Amino acid sequence: MALARRGGIGRYYDVNGWLFVAPALGLIALFMVYPILWSLWMSFQSGRGMMMKFAGFGNLVRLWNDPVFLKALTNTMTYFVVQVPIMILLALILASLLNNPRLVGRGFFRTAIFLPCVTSLVAYSVLFKGMFAPDGIVNSTLQAIGIIASPIPWLTNPFWAKTLVIIAITWRWTGYNMIFYLAALQNIDKSIYEVARIDGVPAWARFTHITIPLLKPVILFTTVISTIGTLQLFDEVYNLTEGKGGPSNATLTLSLYIYNLTFRFMPNFGYAATVSYVIVILVALLAFLQFFLAREREK
Amino acid sequence: MSANPARIASAVFTYGFVGLMAFLSVFPFIWMALGATNSSIDIIKGRLVPGEVLATNIANFFTLVNVPLVFWNSAKVTIFATVLTLAVSSLAGYGFEIFRSRRREGLYRAMLLTLMIPFAALMIPLFIMMGKMGLINTHIAVVLPTIGSAFIVFYFRQSTKAFPSELRDAAKVDGLKEWQIFLYIYVPVMRSTYAAAFIIVFMTAWNNYLWPLIVLQSNETKTITLVISSLASAYYPDYGVVMVGTFLATLPTLTVFFFMQRQFVQGMLGSVK
Repeated sequence: MALARRGGIGRYYDVNGWLFVAPALGLIALFMVYPILWSLWMSFQSGRGMMMKFAGFGNLVRLWNDPVFLKALTNTMTYFVVQVPIMILLALILASLLNNPRLVGRGFFRTAIFLPCVTSLVAYSVLFKGMFAPDGIVNSTLQAIGIIASPIPWLTNPFWAKTLVIIAITWRWTGYNMIFYLAALQNIDKSIYEVARIDGVPAWARFTHITIPLLKPVILFTTVISTIGTLQLFDEVYNLTEGKGGPSNATLTLSLYIYNLTFRFMPNFGYAATVSYVIVILVALLAFLQFFLAREREK
Repeated sequence: MSANPARIASAVFTYGFVGLMAFLSVFPFIWMALGATNSSIDIIKGRLVPGEVLATNIANFFTLVNVPLVFWNSAKVTIFATVLTLAVSSLAGYGFEIFRSRRREGLYRAMLLTLMIPFAALMIPLFIMMGKMGLINTHIAVVLPTIGSAFIVFYFRQSTKAFPSELRDAAKVDGLKEWQIFLYIYVPVMRSTYAAAFIIVFMTAWNNYLWPLIVLQSNETKTITLVISSLASAYYPDYGVVMVGTFLATLPTLTVFFFMQRQFVQGMLGSVK
């Protein structure tokens, strides 16, 4: 049966198909699949540099008792829980406001708001570090307006350093998410909104009862992408807090900790690989959870 | 259309909110441009008028950094990454559409799954691999792992669904081989798809930081993002010089963005549909 199906024209397509997809799949297999499996194998080993020995679950035990790891994990989850919802909601509101064809200057506003996503993570981290310096422009402006009495220690206080990271990533990525929503909004039939408006449905209700449900697939897509992004956070914390992970590790993320374990401290590839698998598992779990929640609400 | 209070209030809120967000989004760029013309002390103090030391800052930047070399390094990495990624991914995007194997969807899903793998989990094995191949401190090592991009393949496949199959059938009747159809028909027809993918890959490659930070260890190979980062992490960074640097580093992506804004937005739209 199988042989019969693979003859003639089918076979011709098959060979061509394989040839076209082979370079991409080969590269992905070599530089993604193979390393991730290697990483898994490494996480059961321990030792300095290249001198590795099988360690069973030793790395997992160390993980459990490692306060720095727990700190990095808590920080990463804090960024995720606080930042992603703020950003998604902000991007949604901006997209639905900027989708209004009667808004004067919306082209300008759109460009302005998605301008941040063309800068490099490093360049804007450097700018933010300057702007939020103790005697920098943000503190002096806030003092001049009278919102704060004394300068906020953005870079040296654990709470404010975390806040700064959240402000920074929200600045960089809100416009990026907004583009997806704007694109999706343009595919929605405008008459739905017209009918709702004539029926006297207020703007906020139109947003929660029409916009959000219709955009659900895109919201799911952006949340998954943002989740992956937040769990990989590195460039910003590295550059805002000079690679140390902030005051007493207050801004340390899992990626930065892996980097430190591998290239900054005495290299321990096995343990670093174990920490990296925590990110893999978290990404998988959270993505699964998001898909699950999206499906549940559909019922 | 009488101007009732509710309507005015909502207009004030809309313009106020959108205006504030636009201002906050653009402000760091203004600060950067003004900063490039001011001295380090004035920048920190928050001076927001153009200064007179632009020439000095530029001169200092050129003394501290081998600008032509650093830009050449960044350009090399970005051009290779962009050309190769577009070639490999568009082949695959087209391939997945003409592929008739029963394994097709399974393979495709498995490939999409790799999108979920965080880079942090790959960097140690990749670093060792590059070491074994003797590629540490080379630009090949920077580009190589980025060429096979599941996201760009996904993007090309989504867009390929809009490619008219009549064109393919007509070409086949004319006796064109599959690679000829790809090269002479698919590529020209899908111009705008290529343009949008170009922007995304170009920006990602130009701005890439963590992986180059790991593999590029000598000053001769470093890219602009690495140099900016090290300038800014000095004990007393000269912010005037840093501003000139970030401005120059942002200029290529900013230019690409402004010239191809329409394609960029369409590209995003294409990946959503």
